[in-house]
Amino acid sequence: MTRIGVLALQGDFREHMRAVERLGAEARAVRLPKDLAGLDGLIIPGGESTVMGKLMVEYQLDQPLRDAIHAGLPTWGTCAGLILLARETDNALLGQPLLAAMDIRVCRNAFGGQRESFETELDVPALGEEPLHTVFIRGPIVESVGPGVEVLARLNSPRLIAATGGFDIVAVRQGTLLGTAFHPEVTDDLRFHEYFLAIAREAGVGVS
Amino acid sequence: MAEAQTGALRVKRNFPEMLKGGVIMDVVNAEQARIAEEAGASAVMALERVPADIRAQGGVARMSDPELILAIKEAVTIPVMAKCRIGHFVEAEILQSLGIDCIDESEVLTPADEAYHVNKHQFTIPFVCGARDLGEAMRRIGEGAAMIRSKGEAGTGNIVEAVRHLRAITDGIRKLTIIPEEELMTEAKNLGASYELAREIRELGRLPVVLFCAGGVATPADAALVMRLGADGVFVGSGIFKSADPLRMGKAIVRATTHYQDPAILAEVSRGLGEPMRGVEIKAIPERELMAARGW
Repeated sequence: MTRIGVLALQGDFREHMRAVERLGAEARAVRLPKDLAGLDGLIIPGGESTVMGKLMVEYQLDQPLRDAIHAGLPTWGTCAGLILLARETDNALLGQPLLAAMDIRVCRNAFGGQRESFETELDVPALGEEPLHTVFIRGPIVESVGPGVEVLARLNSPRLIAATGGFDIVAVRQGTLLGTAFHPEVTDDLRFHEYFLAIAREAGVGVS
Repeated sequence: MAEAQTGALRVKRNFPEMLKGGVIMDVVNAEQARIAEEAGASAVMALERVPADIRAQGGVARMSDPELILAIKEAVTIPVMAKCRIGHFVEAEILQSLGIDCIDESEVLTPADEAYHVNKHQFTIPFVCGARDLGEAMRRIGEGAAMIRSKGEAGTGNIVEAVRHLRAITDGIRKLTIIPEEELMTEAKNLGASYELAREIRELGRLPVVLFCAGGVATPADAALVMRLGADGVFVGSGIFKSADPLRMGKAIVRATTHYQDPAILAEVSRGLGEPMRGVEIKAIPERELMAARGW
């Protein structure tokens, strides 16, 4: 059975675990380096990226995570997880330890605070024709992507794009790495989880 | 063209989901806010006096000065919450206009209305409210609260009331899930809350919003205890900045909240922390001074 680890240091990891289990895969909470053994994929959930970053370092999870991702472990970050996966972030995060796995630049809290949090419909061609209902909670935005990065979704509301200063990329893929600025785990539409599981099954690495 | 919607119930309820497994710390100035962020707080609660000082100094406790709240907001990148008095919807409107992330309609402040709480549906930012039992939690959810916390007895450093409240809430939920269908309406009547919400909780097996623990958390072991009892996360009021070494205590409580099921890690983070805040025996507090009894 496909086994997906969900980083469980802080945030909405239980929602991801529930989604993974509903799709017939095994979900495992990852809190310490030993929890990484035998995974087919890893999800870094929503939450506070600063908190997850600190706890990752404290319990020596950062380097094993970098190694596993580098070795090809399919990994998906949602919101805070996207920030942790990015190679570069805005100034607010200078000095914060990151996994630096995806060739993207991300701006944290790009829309403002919770007052500016929103839900919207997005076209995600990789998931089919039906638009995806998405929830952004103090969400980030992807400001730029490197040549090996595929853009999976862009904002289509002019008001939102204006709020970020003209940026619109909210879902990206680089090989077996996925990043979304929104939270598919808090809705009942599991197409993004299905998409990630397919990537994990295809890669079939199984970290030992 | 799809438009974006802000402030709807789903967006309000999902904000606290992202705080789960984390610690929200009371801070009274920008410097404390930075220490809290450094310690790994998932959010800070901006206020003028921590509950232990409110309790000691007496007088009317009100919403904090917007200047103080904005200074704290400037100091950190994590979410900032602030408290309004029970029923004081104008304080709540002021807080919302400041652009903070969440309002705590709190019994720690002196209530402004003895009969009614704020209609929280009218706001676009989420509210957290205290509760002593399931019925109280359901009434607050009915008014639009997007997050529930135990009341505990704030500023005492004594976990016993928070444990009582958490157990009352989780026992109440368990009862809803096992009673026969025909008893549901009577149970909703006994709870003093809506039948539809009772049905929803029965089906979910939990509240439809996040449940945190607050009131009396003073050590890493206290935080782990309430997580074991079913809390989704922890508020620490006086427990951090009334301890001997706030940064160290803050870090230890954050780690205990993540690794609450691992006694070896709990032992390690509890070592050599120095004095926790001085606690108060609940029975030593005159009944009229109990904060948890405020609100209904």
